[in-house]
Amino acid sequence: MPKPKKTSAKKRAAAKGVTLLVGTRKGAWFFHSDAARKTWKMDGPHFLGQVVNHLVHDPRSGTLLMAAKTGHLGPTIFRSTDKGKTWKEAAAPPAFPAVTDGQGRAVSHTFWLTPGHASEPGVWWAGTSPPGLFVSTDDGVSWASVPGFNEHEMYLKWCPPDGGTPDGALLNQILIDPRDAKHMYIATSTGGVFESKDRARSWRPLNKNVEANFNPDPYPEFGQDAHYIALASTNPDRLWQQNHCGIYRLDRPGEKWERIGNAMPKTVGDIGFTILDHPRDENTAWVFPMDGTDVWPRTSPEGKPAVYRTRDAGKTWERQDKGFPKKQGWFTVKRQAFCRDAMKATGLYLGTTGGEVWASTNEGGRFTQIARHLPEIYSVVAVERV
Amino acid sequence: MITVHIPQQLRSYTAGATQVQARGRTVDEALTHLNDRFPGIRFRVIDEQGRIREHMRVFVDGERVRDVGVSVIARGEVHIFGALSGG
Repeated sequence: MPKPKKTSAKKRAAAKGVTLLVGTRKGAWFFHSDAARKTWKMDGPHFLGQVVNHLVHDPRSGTLLMAAKTGHLGPTIFRSTDKGKTWKEAAAPPAFPAVTDGQGRAVSHTFWLTPGHASEPGVWWAGTSPPGLFVSTDDGVSWASVPGFNEHEMYLKWCPPDGGTPDGALLNQILIDPRDAKHMYIATSTGGVFESKDRARSWRPLNKNVEANFNPDPYPEFGQDAHYIALASTNPDRLWQQNHCGIYRLDRPGEKWERIGNAMPKTVGDIGFTILDHPRDENTAWVFPMDGTDVWPRTSPEGKPAVYRTRDAGKTWERQDKGFPKKQGWFTVKRQAFCRDAMKATGLYLGTTGGEVWASTNEGGRFTQIARHLPEIYSVVAVERV
Repeated sequence: MITVHIPQQLRSYTAGATQVQARGRTVDEALTHLNDRFPGIRFRVIDEQGRIREHMRVFVDGERVRDVGVSVIARGEVHIFGALSGG
């Protein structure tokens, strides 16, 4: 397959700055930078009190979609077509088909939103808890259950009702091959990674050599907890995965993941929630390790927050912690709360469960705190303003 | 007509109204009628399988109901509350 077109650094440099879309357990915030990404202006809260799992921008249309619910009220999707000035609720949010005995699945919350392939304007995909795949073809106004996954004959094996995270089992991510709208990957918390080559009509597990150390067979065909997956932007045949049990890389058409986290320092380990690709270098990726020892504190190991970067596809890792607290920094960074932009000097952004937002505008060389005292942060998405 | 009392969590749908009128012979029909006037309100109270959501409470003439098929008499009252959802 042909490689995707690269966006020139010159064009990237023309960005007027970055806006961070921050979803929290108690509402949403925007942070607008200047062109140099040195100063940030806070805008919020929006939808105070709503649990915002994901707030996402569609680069094709400019539409913003927000996955929200409250402690009391059921899940919904809010849409904005004017950069967040006004919002309107989706007419038909993601919902499983009703069944006659009333015992069917019900969406607890939408966890993940992603715009569709560049060739399919108006298409969005959503992942939910309990695990469900949903699609919209009208820019997020109405949503339909995707039977190829939700009604798959293996669904109850891949997504057992008693599995999942403290917030419920998740279909936590959807990736689309930029070269082929029919080629998709999803990540789940109960079955691991799955691949479709026919636009979500059929799926198969893609978990070979990925550990599930909470299972009698530690290398099952499915059953892994895929915390986060990323396609290398300049080589979509390369997948990165931060799994519950380690850091992995897979080069397609290969089928066997390689545990590149084995090269991480043993005192840090390779547990975490998230992984980022580099916008222009297929050999570079970043992770934010957390403590997966003992009873799984899920905080920065030893209270010393750091990003780790590989620049050789996982053979070696380097620590990046300038700007972070040197001690007593018990950060937890959740799945969607670590992101990047694609500017010439890649910006990295992360939000913590303690309500802090940190930014680096030199590829992790130094981090600066740009916000604190927010509610628990669930997601951070960087949007370049052009 | 039925009088439906709207909790504060749902008043963004009813333009701030604390009670509204609805038609229907059951809670389900009344909420469906309300949804025609205030799009989206029903799904935030009732899930796609017709179940009252875990942290919502519905009362008909003072009695708590767990099934939206419960009848409501003409000029009856339905109270909806948000309750016990955590911190």
